[in-house]
Amino acid sequence: MTDDANAFQTALSLILGLDPDLLGIVALSLRVSLSAVLIATLIGLPLGAALALWKFPGRGSLIVVLNAFMGLPPVVAGLTVYLLLSRAGPLGELGLLFTPTAMVVAQVILVLPIIAALARQQIEELHGDYHEQLRSMGLSKQRMIPTLLWDARFGLMTVILAGFGRASAEVGAVMIVGGNIEGVTRVMTTAIVLETSKGDLPLALGLGILLLGLVALVNAAAYLIGESARGRLG
Amino acid sequence: MNEMTRLAATAIPTLSLQGVGFVHRGQTLLHPVDLRLEGCRRTLLMGPNGAGKSLLMRLAHGLLTPTQGQIRWEGRRPRQSMVFQRPVLLKRTALANLTYALAVNGVPRARRKSVAREALERFGLAALEKRPARVLSGGEQQRLALVRAWLTEPEMLFLDEPTSALDPAAIKAVEDAVRDFHARGTRILMSTHDLYQARRLADDVVFLCGGRVLEYTSAAEFFTAPVTPQARAFIRGELVW
Repeated sequence: MTDDANAFQTALSLILGLDPDLLGIVALSLRVSLSAVLIATLIGLPLGAALALWKFPGRGSLIVVLNAFMGLPPVVAGLTVYLLLSRAGPLGELGLLFTPTAMVVAQVILVLPIIAALARQQIEELHGDYHEQLRSMGLSKQRMIPTLLWDARFGLMTVILAGFGRASAEVGAVMIVGGNIEGVTRVMTTAIVLETSKGDLPLALGLGILLLGLVALVNAAAYLIGESARGRLG
Repeated sequence: MNEMTRLAATAIPTLSLQGVGFVHRGQTLLHPVDLRLEGCRRTLLMGPNGAGKSLLMRLAHGLLTPTQGQIRWEGRRPRQSMVFQRPVLLKRTALANLTYALAVNGVPRARRKSVAREALERFGLAALEKRPARVLSGGEQQRLALVRAWLTEPEMLFLDEPTSALDPAAIKAVEDAVRDFHARGTRILMSTHDLYQARRLADDVVFLCGGRVLEYTSAAEFFTAPVTPQARAFIRGELVW
């Protein structure tokens, strides 16, 4: 018990003392996960909207696949990207393996299905509500997309947060394609795994607390923005 | 006056329906009808629930494609607008709903707000400007939907039972708005099952029953000398099917 209490104290002092190693790890984590979420959002929202609006053969199967991929194990995503980027792989020449870029790619694969699938549900629902009016106004499906994305923005913000949650919490994919190299590809989750296995519980615990705090902070900000806008717009 | 002359200057193209029918999953919801809507008239679609009023209106507006027959605008496609039974307003403020419609119609950004405010003022809704459209009362929402239609300067306006869920004051506001549209030179096609409303507004009446158009005459003729037994019963306020 006292060990744990000590670990907790040390963790706090590391955080409050703005330990440079710790800060580096936190910064890289944020950079990787936020980049992945940004890219997945830019692809996922239009993709979700297209799936919501257009009926085409194979649409049902595509939706099932997307939904299934929401539960894709991170290690599988990591392994796939690893095989693609490894020296002998088809994209080996790019030399991206064990770089933050590779980690972003792996996380995009994890986050994209979540954002696309959940966005489709949100947009389909709103489209059901809006489509007669928008068609009556003479809008083509293409021109409806910006309107639907904008008017569904509060729901979509939650969708993007779900994606961010997935990206910031996963460890398997970034471990495999990043390699957990100190100062280069070490992020919070991989560092926690490493420090725990080394027995350096204070650092692991400190990182855990920080990770929780960051995720809570992002969610709180999104919640506040959403609530105030909802209050204004009903 | 300016508005009137502008719209009246060019004749509204005739809408012609030839043998237009609609079958859904083997069920005939609308038997083939021939119909011509001409000039700047107010035509009221009447008939009991399930007669096919909404369906006919959606076909005429182009929201649905008929499974048989042809719908044609003679000449060009006019500007048209539709007001629904349950108004569909965007999750934005009242003003933003209007500027959106203006944007869709290609009005330059700089003019949108002032034009929208003017219209709100004209229809006595200026106080609602900043309110979220979705939390307005049913009557206010329907009136806002009418203002939105007004801004698109339609040559033909479709109204699908626009007053069926409203109180008398809101009904009057909607009917006044319909008269305003007509006075500006807009052809009206409106459905209702309210006989009194039809007497107040109609130039012509299309009477539908069981997916068939049974009568299409002037309002005076329809209310004084209906031809079919169904229409006679409907006017007497009896149940028809």
